[in-house]
Amino acid sequence: MEVVTHASSKKTTGSARELELYFGPQHVGMVGNFGIVLTVEGDTVVRARSNPGYLHRGFEKLMEYRTYIQNFPLVCRLNVMDPDPKEMLYAMAVEELAGLDVPRRAHYIRTIVLEMSRITSHLFWLWGFGNLLGFDTIGQWAMGDREYFLDCFEMLCGGRVYHTYIWPGGVRRDLPQGFQEKLRFALDNLERMLPDYDEVFFNNRLFADRTRGIAAFTRDQAVSMGLTGTNLRATGASIDVRKDEPYAAYAELDFEIPTMEDGDSYSRAVVIRLEMAQSISIIRQALGQMPDGPAWKKTPNPFKWLVQPGETYVKIESARGEDGMYLVSDGSDKPRRAFVRGPSYPAAILMLERLLEGASLSDVGHIMLSLNVAAPEVDR
Amino acid sequence: MITEKKSIFRPFGALKYLFRKPHTFRFPFEQKPTAGRYRGLHINRRESCTGCGNCADICPNQAITMVEQPDMESVPGKKNELPQVDYGRCCFCGLCVDICPPGSLSLAKDYIHIAPNTKSFLAYLPDTEESGNEAFVPAAEYSIMKASLAHRLADNAGFISQMDYSLVDFERVSMGIVPAEDRKSSFLEIVKGFSEEQARREASRCLECGLCEDACPANMGISDYIRAIWEGDNAAAVRVFYEKNPLPSICGRICTHKCEEACGIGRRGQPVAIRWLKRFAADSVPAERLKQVLGAGAAKTEQRKVAIVGAGPAGLSCAYYLAVAGYRGTIFEAMPKPGGIMRYGIPEYRLPYDALDKDIDYIASVGVEIRCSTRVGEHVTLDELHKGFDAVFLATGFHVGRSTKVEGTDHDDVFQAIDLLGDITEGKEVTVGKKIVVIGGGDVAMDIARSMARLQMKRYAEVDITCCCLESEDIMPATREEIDEAREEGIAICAARGPDRIEIGSGRIRGLHTVKCTSVFDEQGRFNPTFNREDRRFFEADMVIEAIGQAPDLSYIPKELDERLEKEGRRIKVSQQFQSSVPWLFVGGDLIEGPDVIHAIANGYAAAQGIAGFLEAKS
Repeated sequence: MEVVTHASSKKTTGSARELELYFGPQHVGMVGNFGIVLTVEGDTVVRARSNPGYLHRGFEKLMEYRTYIQNFPLVCRLNVMDPDPKEMLYAMAVEELAGLDVPRRAHYIRTIVLEMSRITSHLFWLWGFGNLLGFDTIGQWAMGDREYFLDCFEMLCGGRVYHTYIWPGGVRRDLPQGFQEKLRFALDNLERMLPDYDEVFFNNRLFADRTRGIAAFTRDQAVSMGLTGTNLRATGASIDVRKDEPYAAYAELDFEIPTMEDGDSYSRAVVIRLEMAQSISIIRQALGQMPDGPAWKKTPNPFKWLVQPGETYVKIESARGEDGMYLVSDGSDKPRRAFVRGPSYPAAILMLERLLEGASLSDVGHIMLSLNVAAPEVDR
Repeated sequence: MITEKKSIFRPFGALKYLFRKPHTFRFPFEQKPTAGRYRGLHINRRESCTGCGNCADICPNQAITMVEQPDMESVPGKKNELPQVDYGRCCFCGLCVDICPPGSLSLAKDYIHIAPNTKSFLAYLPDTEESGNEAFVPAAEYSIMKASLAHRLADNAGFISQMDYSLVDFERVSMGIVPAEDRKSSFLEIVKGFSEEQARREASRCLECGLCEDACPANMGISDYIRAIWEGDNAAAVRVFYEKNPLPSICGRICTHKCEEACGIGRRGQPVAIRWLKRFAADSVPAERLKQVLGAGAAKTEQRKVAIVGAGPAGLSCAYYLAVAGYRGTIFEAMPKPGGIMRYGIPEYRLPYDALDKDIDYIASVGVEIRCSTRVGEHVTLDELHKGFDAVFLATGFHVGRSTKVEGTDHDDVFQAIDLLGDITEGKEVTVGKKIVVIGGGDVAMDIARSMARLQMKRYAEVDITCCCLESEDIMPATREEIDEAREEGIAICAARGPDRIEIGSGRIRGLHTVKCTSVFDEQGRFNPTFNREDRRFFEADMVIEAIGQAPDLSYIPKELDERLEKEGRRIKVSQQFQSSVPWLFVGGDLIEGPDVIHAIANGYAAAQGIAGFLEAKS
């Protein structure tokens, strides 16, 4: 299927002027252990082939050899930048298979944590994206402001990167004393900074010129490739699992889904920027409406926990789009099969190869990041 | 909001940040404080670590190994093992903390480790300052440059175990008990027992660490049978029982459950109800199915015969395992029915006779002959047994009540608890006072007090019983639940009071004078009570029952034989397999271990092995 073509695409295969370039895994413009094999002619990319596998750790297979509770510290490692949706997915899948109830308070805490994770992931993306476009200041700010959220995570569960916090039955500990104040401070700080982000980056003429019209695709093309999340919403589609099939406490919260129309690199960046503000609002609401009560319903003894046979597919909206997990139980104490649908997979493998065809070499890194690719999600 | 202004000078607004204090600015250097729940290096408080190894079992990375510590002693409820963490594998998820039953394991706020050799990543968890090679240091002496696994900041626990968020289920499935008002007027069993669903739920709490198995005198395969119950295979559980214990219905009711005291979950919560689970599984297999469940009898039959004196738990257990090994055992029992103290000492409301009969009938059905109403020394002599059999096992137990020997105990209305309990079992008419004082604070005292309460209810429709004992309530030898249940049934318990004299007026008992007992044991831990004679109290009573303990009666051993037996103090000296210094004579049960049913069963098992070995060597 001919999906995406670039205006300046020239099919000059086999020309002696072609050169093969390895963009990653060892490359300053590459985030994570991921590679793209580029065939270039001058400054133009003729062909691009995604080259994953450097981060393949066989998680899905490993999960078949670990008990249900032992898998819980494993799943967050499926996405380093945005680990909490993976924990949430696993927890939801197990809860559905085992028929566990989740206390209402846990739903709210999970919502807060998931949105915190979305913000930190977006800020991390902003750092990479800004840097690749040559904007150093915004990158440093984003990383600095992200720290405040990492402090909140550390306070919540003792880990800054891998939180291991959302687990089957609820969350692992209730909110600690002083957490709300700390989180509100981080939110206030980010909210105060966002206008400055706009001044320096998003409203910057240079940014717009650099990204407008680059790597554009239509809504239909995105859907046919299986793209979701910010990539899809940048083409005008208001599709978001949080709204369409609400989980956790999203059904009880009031929020809009930001969209853009053009489907280009610029639109995708702006959607991410708008989502940050939306997430701040969601966290504020959840903090305000959070009920009292237990934050975890005890799960059975982990050494004697048999989950009744069955299969389930659960999905949530992670920072990168629809994140899904298919889990099969054969009635034993370990999953029979686990499959993770990472939203980065179609973006990094299917769409990226097509978008890069005919692109300028200097745009390769930023096109890749505009799709918000997370390498560990591709490999799993 | 995004408006995309045209000017390329807009970003210069960021210059204002040149004049703001950066949030990453720290000078002079100060270490960033870690959060309260930080998941750093491990801490294990050795004094509360049970060595159960659940942390090693749950670790998803197999980073924890349980290592035996030669300098530590293994005691019931505490193995001499400590977790060793391989920090090359550890992912700091903290599951080990959340599964730790005693809560000894936590993750510290420390996270820096500097050491020249890579082997140092394999570390024992530091303990208190006294523990030797690993040490905590106070904040003033701590520095990052010295940071290592053996050099850690004191009082620096981060991610700690919280009972509400622990993976361990600390709450027992509650056991139904007949309410005090209903139960005190009858001898019906008061514990209702688990349903199948309850039993499986309770069995699912067990973490299978095996601390209980080490504590069980009979070394039963507790983890295995609890797993079988959890799997719903009660027949498999019964097969596990009979490997070490042929009296499961009895033990499931009245065992002193050393296992539950050792259970790791009991360190912070309620231990697994091991005894009730055994009772459930034993009851779930009816008597007529036992043979089918346990399979055929002995593989071979030996012609050699063994005489067993006393049909108590030790004698029955010994006879059963001899029969399983193919030997022909004959039990000589003085009382009209077998069971010993289990029948004649333990009241029916704790151990119904049908449960007792079920276990004993099965033992008889595998080829054990039980000759009741045959008192050795009276109907048959020990010498005759020696001549007629290849070996003799003495398990006559403690069945003679001890007296306080205070003034007045020779009165007719002063009774021995053990005698009264036997009379109640036999259905004899027993004297029931209107006001009764029981002297003693052990299980037998509770048994007689509660039995008399039931008889008082029948005769006078009210309970008036006082139990007084030397021990203060926290060290009373009776189990906690017995004391609580006795209280519920209207029995007054006056702890820390010693009997002084029984007041008798016009031929009838008026009551018991007591004095305050200030301590029971001396500094060496020997029984040596001291009293405050100023603090006196009088308990009105028309009947006094002494329940201060029992003694053996070995008068059936002929003098000539008795002289040949080596003694240890007052006890007959036996080998590990309960062989006395006279080779054909084995002695076990309470005679060796003191009164305890599960010890007696364990003795019977070991003695059967010993006797079989002895007979084999003889042939």
